Amino acid sequence: MSIDIDTARKVAKLARIRVEETALPGLARELSGILTFMEQLNEVDVSGVEPMVSVTPMRLPRRADVVTDGNIQPQVLKNAPEAREGFFAVPKVVE
Amino acid sequence: MSANSELNSWTIEKARDALRKGEISAVDLTMSCLTAIDAGDQLGAFVHKTPEIALEQARAADQRLKAGDAPSLCGIPLGIKDLFCTKGVNSQAASGILEGFKPEYESTVTTKLFADGAVMLGKLNMDEFAMGSSNETSVYGPAVNPWKVDERQLTPGGSSGGSAAAVAGDLCLAATGTDTGGSIRQPAAFTGIVGIKPTYGRVSRWGVVAFASSLDQAGPMTKSVRDAAIFLQSMSGHDPKDSTSADLAVPDFEAALTGDIRGKVIGIPKEYRLDGIPAEIDALWEQGIAMLRDAGAEVREISLPHTKYALPAYYVIAPAEASSNLARYDGVRYGHRAKLGPGDGITEMYEKTRAEGFGPEVQRRIMIGTYVLSAGFYDAYYNRARRVRALIKQDFETVFAEGVDAILTPATPSSAFGLGEMTAVDPVEMYLNDVFTVTVNLAGLPGVSVPVGLDAKGLPLGLQLIGKPWDEAGLLNHAYVLERAAGFVAKPQKWW
Repeated sequence: MSIDIDTARKVAKLARIRVEETALPGLARELSGILTFMEQLNEVDVSGVEPMVSVTPMRLPRRADVVTDGNIQPQVLKNAPEAREGFFAVPKVVE
Repeated sequence: MSANSELNSWTIEKARDALRKGEISAVDLTMSCLTAIDAGDQLGAFVHKTPEIALEQARAADQRLKAGDAPSLCGIPLGIKDLFCTKGVNSQAASGILEGFKPEYESTVTTKLFADGAVMLGKLNMDEFAMGSSNETSVYGPAVNPWKVDERQLTPGGSSGGSAAAVAGDLCLAATGTDTGGSIRQPAAFTGIVGIKPTYGRVSRWGVVAFASSLDQAGPMTKSVRDAAIFLQSMSGHDPKDSTSADLAVPDFEAALTGDIRGKVIGIPKEYRLDGIPAEIDALWEQGIAMLRDAGAEVREISLPHTKYALPAYYVIAPAEASSNLARYDGVRYGHRAKLGPGDGITEMYEKTRAEGFGPEVQRRIMIGTYVLSAGFYDAYYNRARRVRALIKQDFETVFAEGVDAILTPATPSSAFGLGEMTAVDPVEMYLNDVFTVTVNLAGLPGVSVPVGLDAKGLPLGLQLIGKPWDEAGLLNHAYVLERAAGFVAKPQKWW
């Protein structure tokens, strides 16, 4: 499976990573190389094999759905690039 | 007692015993390491130094020692990989996107280490988000291998390259590492030290920056197998904050080092004999087989038929998980945010932030992961890889059910290579470094790298032992036998 420039542009968009137009051919080539390497998996007979969910057979533990902490607003916001009045601040989302 | 200036070269075992007898103090031991760290800047190992924290912890450790309340790690100076969140101390996974990030919380592993009295000297270099095998994807620049045989600077391996360089260069007594596809064992082999990746679930992942959550495990990197046992003891155990942490009792790993492996069955997987592997690696493997046989173990050829497909499966699964895990770095809650132009909205903020903050290898893996998870390809790539992963695990279960106690393989396909030598080749070439180690992560098993010899150039080579799930105790005992038989005592010549 080879990745063309349009697919590379689409993947970059989905991944929310800006890639300049001039860098797309190189990216497409690299991604194609890696996918070719993965094509080997098509040689394996996987009929009747379930996709692995957990490497250790275990049930995920559950706990009561209750508040276990809180009142730590300053800590939550401490590392924010921009915070105002107790909120994370971002560029305008809707006009 | 030898000169205090050499305390930094001691093992945990030796320092623990001397501390308990009052022959040295934790402050002296810590000072010795801090001096070595400042003299070792050329190794690029420590990227955030924390001398004030270290001395405060050392003083507290001396108090505990005096009071007779001294767990094994009390007063032992350690390096901590930059992937672990440490409260109030830069923790940025060697990435530009976490620049300036100082967590408001402490990872479970470092919490446990500190509760046992360990001393943190600082944070250690690594590949960005643990994605790499040479420490060259780090935003800080590469860590450098203390081993040097010509004018070239060599890689200490990756991703735990700073940890390996710091331990091999005697900047600390031991260090934490993490291993998603070989990131503890490959750098340990490249630098002549011991590194163990425990069974998936043995060590809590809480507070460790996530790369591929179904594969990541933290473990110790040390100067001896006994040190690995002591260190792993403190790191291990159930943690309700990590839902994949196993609620199992942790055995006494040090007590398991009996040196007796008579009657144990060692599997030698024929699929690990690869074309193009240097003859020296094969010869080392043969020596290792002979050592375990001489110790009374039965050596048996085994087959792990899906070995060949481990790397391609890994390079579907790990990037898929990474693309999800790294979606959180969006410039909103922490870390880097790009400067925006007029009219830029939130999508531009995400895209510019992530383009500036992530290095090329991380971007590549996020995009591969995005692709294999995208509509139309999910089944063909991601689900197929998870099916192959099930078969790889089954291969191991079959040989263990047939009585194999541990498996012996080479740790790496070569000794350490030069910094910059692999950057020109295509990414897949670099991925081949993990060829002997990645199966272990896919199957969730414990694996340990033990230094066994030097190659013709004078660089260390390691062998890997793979154990049964939850049998770190037995695995470490096999490693202990191999270590004693190999008698590896070589140290790098100090050039830094």
